[in-house]
Amino acid sequence: MKFSMDFRRLINQDNNIVQLILMTILIFIVMTALSPDKFLRYYNFESITYIFPELGLLSIAMMIAMLTGGIDLSVIGIANLSGILAGILFKKFADEAGVADTGLSVVMLGAIVALGTGIVAGALNGFLITRVRITPILATLGTGQVFTGLAIVLTGGPAIVGFPDAWAFIGNGKIFGVATPLVLFVVIASLIAFILTRTTFGMNLMLIGTNPKAALFAGLKREKMVIYSYMMTGVLASVAGIILSGRTNAAKSDYGTSYLLQAVLIAVLGGTNPAGGRGTVLGISIAVIALMLLSSGFQILRFSNHLIDFIWGAFLLLVIALNAYKGRSR
Amino acid sequence: MTGNKMAWLRKSEVVIAGILLLAMILIGLVNPAFWQMDNLFGLLRSNVIIGIMALGVLLVMISGGIDVSFPAFAVAAMYLTIKGMLYFDYNGVFLPFVAAATMGALLGSLNAFFVYKFRMIPLIVTLGTASMVRGFLLGVVGTSIININKMPDVLIDFAKTDVITLTRADGGTSGLTAMVVVYLVLAALLHFVLRHTMIGRGVYALGGDAEAASRAGFDLRKVIFFIYCVAGALAGFAGLLHSSMIWLANPRDFVGMELDVIAAVVLGGASIFGGRGSVIGTMLGVFMLVMVKNSLIIMKIDTTWQRVAVGVIIVIATAITAWRDNRAKA
Repeated sequence: MKFSMDFRRLINQDNNIVQLILMTILIFIVMTALSPDKFLRYYNFESITYIFPELGLLSIAMMIAMLTGGIDLSVIGIANLSGILAGILFKKFADEAGVADTGLSVVMLGAIVALGTGIVAGALNGFLITRVRITPILATLGTGQVFTGLAIVLTGGPAIVGFPDAWAFIGNGKIFGVATPLVLFVVIASLIAFILTRTTFGMNLMLIGTNPKAALFAGLKREKMVIYSYMMTGVLASVAGIILSGRTNAAKSDYGTSYLLQAVLIAVLGGTNPAGGRGTVLGISIAVIALMLLSSGFQILRFSNHLIDFIWGAFLLLVIALNAYKGRSR
Repeated sequence: MTGNKMAWLRKSEVVIAGILLLAMILIGLVNPAFWQMDNLFGLLRSNVIIGIMALGVLLVMISGGIDVSFPAFAVAAMYLTIKGMLYFDYNGVFLPFVAAATMGALLGSLNAFFVYKFRMIPLIVTLGTASMVRGFLLGVVGTSIININKMPDVLIDFAKTDVITLTRADGGTSGLTAMVVVYLVLAALLHFVLRHTMIGRGVYALGGDAEAASRAGFDLRKVIFFIYCVAGALAGFAGLLHSSMIWLANPRDFVGMELDVIAAVVLGGASIFGGRGSVIGTMLGVFMLVMVKNSLIIMKIDTTWQRVAVGVIIVIATAITAWRDNRAKA
C-alpha cells in the first residue's frame, strides 16, 4: 500500500526527468542481465556515441516544432537534401587528387551550403505555416515530399559516395578521444537549451505553445517567432544530415527514413507535449540515450530490425498511455 | 443553414472538377495519346486502390484527424489473408475479402482505442500502430513475396473481370476492369452513410467541434470507433484487391503510399481541421492525383520529378484549402 502511494507520487512528479533516468537505468540493467558479455563491451557504447547524435538532433528539431503545437515531417528530407547538396558541391570542386583531399575552405563552403539549405527549408515551412496558414502536418508533409523529390532529381536515385576527409571527420573523427558527433551534439544541445530557457525568444515560444491567445494579447509577434522556430528546426536537421553523410561517407535521398517515427517518439517520450508549450532538451537527450541502449541491446540479442520497429511502435503507444495516466491522476 | 452549406460544398466540387477538366485538355494537347481508350481505362484502373483507401482517409480527416497507418494495415490484411488461403487451400473470393476487411477493422479499432481513450493526436497514434504492424508482419510473419505461381487463381480471375471490352483498331481488345464498379459501390455507400445517417453526421460533428458534438448527444466513443474501424476495413479490403490486381502479394508493399492518398483527399477539398469534405470531392482528388502522376510519363517528363510534383500538389492544394477556410471564417 505504502509502496503504491510512493510509486504514484513518483510518476506524478512534474518533471519527468527522474522517471526517464529510472527508465534508462532499468533498460541498462535488463540488457546487461540478458547478455552481459556483449552488451557491456566498450565498443558497444562507443558505437552508440557515434550513432545517437543524428537522431538526437532530429528529435530536438522535432521538439522545437512541437513547442508551438506544430510538427515537422520534413526533417529527414531536409537532412538528406543538405548532405546531397554538399556532396554535389564537393564533386564540382574536386580536382585530380579526388574528393577526399578537398581543401578546408571548400569543406567550409559545403557546410555553409548544407546549413543554408536547412535555413531556407525551415523558412519555407514557417512561411507556409504562418502566412499561408497551412496546418503544420500537411505543410511539412508536402515540403518533405518536395525536398526528398529534389534529392531524387539531383542524384537520379543512387547515393552520392565520397566526401572530403575533413567532412568525414565530423561523422567519424575523435576530439580528445571523444566522438566528434557526440561533442557536436553536446555543444548544440546546450546552445538550444540555453536559447529555449534563458532568452526571451525561448520564453516566447513556450508561451505561444501554452496559450496562443494570451501570447497574442501580450503583444508577441507570433508569426515571426514561429518562422524562426522552424528555421531552427531546419538547421538542426541539416546538422544531422552533415553528421550522417560524414559518418557513412555517402548521401542518398532515402537515408534515415525510419528516423522520422523515432524522432517523434523520442520527442514525446522526452516529455514534449505535442500540443505545445512543454519540452526540454535534457528530457530529449535522456530519452534518445535510453532508446539507443534499448535498440542496441535488441540488436545484440539478434532481434531482426523489423522486430525492433515493432518495439519502437509499441513503446510509443505505451508512452502515450502512461502520459495520459499521469495527466489524469494529477 | 444546411441548404446554404450544401450549395457551397457543391460549388467547391465544381471548382475541382473544372480544374481537372482543364488539366485533362492541357495534357491532351501535349500528347493526344492521353485520350486513347487504353490510357483512360488504365487511368481508371489506377484509381481503384488509391480511391478505396482515400475513402477511409476522408472519414478520418472529416473527423479532424490524420491517418498514416492504413498502408500498413492494408499490407498486413492482404498478406495474412493470402497466407491463410494458401494454408487452408481455400478457393473462394467472398470470404477472403471479408477476412481482409475484418482484419483491417480490428487493427483500426486499435487506433480508435488510443485516440478515444488517451485523447492522443491521431497522427502520432497511427505512426505508432503503423510501425508496430509493419514490424510484426515483416519480423514475425515473413518477408517473402508470394508470386503469381503461388497466388490463388480465384483472386486473379476475379480481378481480371472486365465490365466493358472494346476492340481496338489493331484487333486487340482493351477492357475496363470491373474493380472500378467495386470502388464506385463503396464510394456510394460511404456517401450515403456520411450524408444520410446519424453516425455519418456524427463524424462531421466530431470534426467541427468534439465538445459540441458530445453535448448534442453524439456518443463520441461510438463515432470514433466507427471512423477508425471503417477506415481500417477499407484499407484491408483495398490491400487484398490490390494484390489480386497485380497478381502477387508483397509484404513490403504500399510503403510511402500514405502521402499520395492524403494528398488526394486534401486535393479533393477535405479540410484537415475537420468537419469538411465529401466523397465526390475525394474521388475527383484521387483522379487528379493519379492523372498527374501517370501523365508525367505521357508528357515525357523524367519520372524522378514525380515526388516533387506530388509535394507541390500537396502544398498548393492545402494552401487553397487554407485560404478558403480563412475566408469562410472571416
